Amino acid sequence: MQFFESIAQQFNKTFIVDDRYMYFLKGLQNTIITALAATLMGIIIGIIIAIIKVLHKKTGKLKILNGIFELYTTVIRGTPVVLQLLISYNLIFVFSNNAVMIGIIAFGINSGAYVSEIIRAGIMAVDDGQTEAGRSLGLSQLQTMRLIVLPQAFKNVLPALGNEFIALLKETSVIGYLGVMDLTKAAESVISRTANVYFPYLTIAIIYLIMVHGLSKLFNMLERRFAQSDRS
Amino acid sequence: MIEVKNLCKSFSKNNVLKNIDYKIEKGEKIVIVGPSGSGKSTFLRCLNLLEVPTSGEIWFEGIQINSKATKIDTIRQKMGMVFQQFNLFNNKNILDNITLAPTTLKLQTKDEAEAKAMALLERIGLADKAKAYPSQLSGGQKQRVAIVRALAMNPDVMLFDEPTSALDPEMVGEVLQLMTELADDGMTMVVVTHEMGFAREVGTKILFMDEGKIMEEASPQEFFSNPKHPRLQDFLSKVL
Repeated sequence: MQFFESIAQQFNKTFIVDDRYMYFLKGLQNTIITALAATLMGIIIGIIIAIIKVLHKKTGKLKILNGIFELYTTVIRGTPVVLQLLISYNLIFVFSNNAVMIGIIAFGINSGAYVSEIIRAGIMAVDDGQTEAGRSLGLSQLQTMRLIVLPQAFKNVLPALGNEFIALLKETSVIGYLGVMDLTKAAESVISRTANVYFPYLTIAIIYLIMVHGLSKLFNMLERRFAQSDRS
Repeated sequence: MIEVKNLCKSFSKNNVLKNIDYKIEKGEKIVIVGPSGSGKSTFLRCLNLLEVPTSGEIWFEGIQINSKATKIDTIRQKMGMVFQQFNLFNNKNILDNITLAPTTLKLQTKDEAEAKAMALLERIGLADKAKAYPSQLSGGQKQRVAIVRALAMNPDVMLFDEPTSALDPEMVGEVLQLMTELADDGMTMVVVTHEMGFAREVGTKILFMDEGKIMEEASPQEFFSNPKHPRLQDFLSKVL
């Protein structure tokens, strides 16, 4: 009986008193906004870089751009994301106090490096015959890429992309370094007021788990839809 | 219609085509035969610039197509190509495979393109496969779709790169049948093939290529009954 009373009390302290559940809601909101926006940015950066790298490899053109992007991938993949976050905040975007925005940009640029390599691998795996067929019908290089090669490349790399976005979602937990109230920071804020660790940590662990599970379900669904053309 | 002047093509140190000159007139059905590695596929692929010539000129309907000033995409709309491996778009169903290029390039409206595609599919007896995906078709069906996909662009010439070489034997006939019909309709065709029967029946001229050169050019009659070059005599003795 005493055990349940204690639990009820802890629950009350963690969520109800001073409307502390608001920390978690605010944290969830920031985590989702950061992850979604960074993912979107990562995809856009990733696609552009992957296409330019592939075009460079196939045609030998775009040498300078390709060199810049090689450097970019090397630097981004070679340094910790926390460091990139701190450098963005304290060195590059010193004129801005919008930590969420800076976090989104840093995570997006970071993710773009990984996504570009994933998509590049996917493009390389599409048979050259597909491109040749498109070009032989009079489609331009970009039309062929957009309508024929990229959809097939995406299908090939969906599982790897899913992995990347799951990793990104969890990685956003370090945005607290910039003072952003994300899920992880929310738990810590509540703990510093209640001195109770179980409820806050368990709560955000479950929320992360649910989000990741939802994301992997979403990717399974996408894989099934893309697999449509494999029916035989 | 197509004129090739002094065409050379090399891959790094390997000279695949050596100073080829040739002229193809409207309505001709040129069949190119020769041993593997003779450069016949490379020659065909140079005609629509899938391979960029190392030197020489290729002219199509009065335009030099391997010149920087020429927009090759526009030229290719008039040159259909059929590949050994079919190369249907795996992510598109059969109907979309056929309508993709004409609609994307705004040559036909969606309705026009679909009506034309269905008529073409009707003609090859595959109208019921319009919504199927390439992976659901047999090799012969895929190749016939690939041919009508090229035809949907209303090309002036059709290039065939060993169109039956990847097919099971029992499916070769249906593809050759369609190509013969096409020839009878007056289409200008350039065909790289190992099908000697087709060369004899359909070809207006047969070219024998070896070591990157056109070794012999003759009418089908002459080609098979009176081969002059020793290499051709040797080749024919092996394939016939």
